[in-house]
Amino acid sequence: MLQGLFRPKTVDEAVALLAQDPEARLLSGGATLVAMMNARVAEPEALISLGGIDEIKGISTLPDGRIRIGAFTRHRETATYAMPLGANGVVRHAASQIANATVRNMGTIGGSIAFADPGLDYPPALVAAKAAVEIASPGGRRLVEASEFFVDWYTTALEPGEMVTAVLLPAGAAGDGLYVKHARVAGDYATASVAACLYADGRMRVAVGSCGPAPLRSDEADTLLSAGVGDDAISRAGEALQALADPLDDVRGSADYRRLLIPRLLLRAVRSLHERQRSAA
Amino acid sequence: MTSTTPHALTLQVNGEAVHIGAALNDTVLTIIRDRLHLTAAKRGCNQGVCGACTISVDGTPMRACLSLAHNCQSSDLRTLEGMLELPSMRALQESFIANAGFQCGFCTPGILVSAQALIERDPDPDEAAIRGALSGNLCRCTGYASIIAAVKAAAATLRRGEAA
Repeated sequence: MLQGLFRPKTVDEAVALLAQDPEARLLSGGATLVAMMNARVAEPEALISLGGIDEIKGISTLPDGRIRIGAFTRHRETATYAMPLGANGVVRHAASQIANATVRNMGTIGGSIAFADPGLDYPPALVAAKAAVEIASPGGRRLVEASEFFVDWYTTALEPGEMVTAVLLPAGAAGDGLYVKHARVAGDYATASVAACLYADGRMRVAVGSCGPAPLRSDEADTLLSAGVGDDAISRAGEALQALADPLDDVRGSADYRRLLIPRLLLRAVRSLHERQRSAA
Repeated sequence: MTSTTPHALTLQVNGEAVHIGAALNDTVLTIIRDRLHLTAAKRGCNQGVCGACTISVDGTPMRACLSLAHNCQSSDLRTLEGMLELPSMRALQESFIANAGFQCGFCTPGILVSAQALIERDPDPDEAAIRGALSGNLCRCTGYASIIAAVKAAAATLRRGEAA
């Protein structure tokens, strides 16, 4: 049963608390962890609440042009970020489709990705955007590529004693980004999703969500999509991603249904990006 | 049994400081309903899905069931009971009656809190904005059409300066 609730003011204090009690759980917006506690699926002895740490809140542009989204940034703030993001806009678009308005007022990007439910919207968007995850421990900070961060079902590259402090979106991402989510009803987890980035030089990078333990990404698919805009290239890219899928059979859809969705959602994402590019030109 | 050991808790609820003892895992919903007997916010799913427990936390609609009370000691918590004198809330309540914006009423307090935050920041919301703002509030009776009409009409009343 819950014996301690700590409210550190800095990341250093938070990781020091975590080092003292490796069983303590980090509490961010609460949208998932408190729901799990209410259902008695999680019964932590100690919580380290991150809401008092100003250095992990908000979105800023670093001197080198990268965008830094602090771990405690609520989904609403990311979804309504007003600055141009280019291809990184895929992350904002994904944020705007998470759950519902009230949950977006609570949930945070750090809490979301550290939980790493494969049905979440951020993971494929961050992988497509080639984002990096900033991780802190008492030993300092390290950066992990999003594609290396999501390891398995509910499993990330976080080691015991580490916490997510920020997500970094790459500089020089001129272009456009789009997140296509297929869900049973608005606000549900994705049955399947496609995150797509189209860069100014014509390169594309895509990732598929909810179709395996971690977002699917394929160099072959990206090469095909970067080389041509024809439906044949898109359908071969879809097949390449489909071949990597390892989806669940669950209430949101069968594994076969999810596999069928991949090329269809990809087609919708790629066509929409090209249409927007044409109408902007 | 340690879970029920009370820890001193101070909350700002509807503008008043409340000092009580509470378990560390007590949610704001548990405190306001079971301890303070402010029962407008409802315990529906206790999972953050249904929206019946929606209250205002520092001016933003949030889930009382997903908010640990000890974690909200520096927040301004407002339940529906504390918003009844706001012109926007009075207009919404009148409009929900006039437009039959509820049947059983279980979801209504949460919907009113979400709708009030919407019309405070957007005095003339279109249907998409209303649906978006209420996307976190489930109603199993109305089919939502009368709720959306009620919010729209309340906003129009306020714009005309006819608040009740």
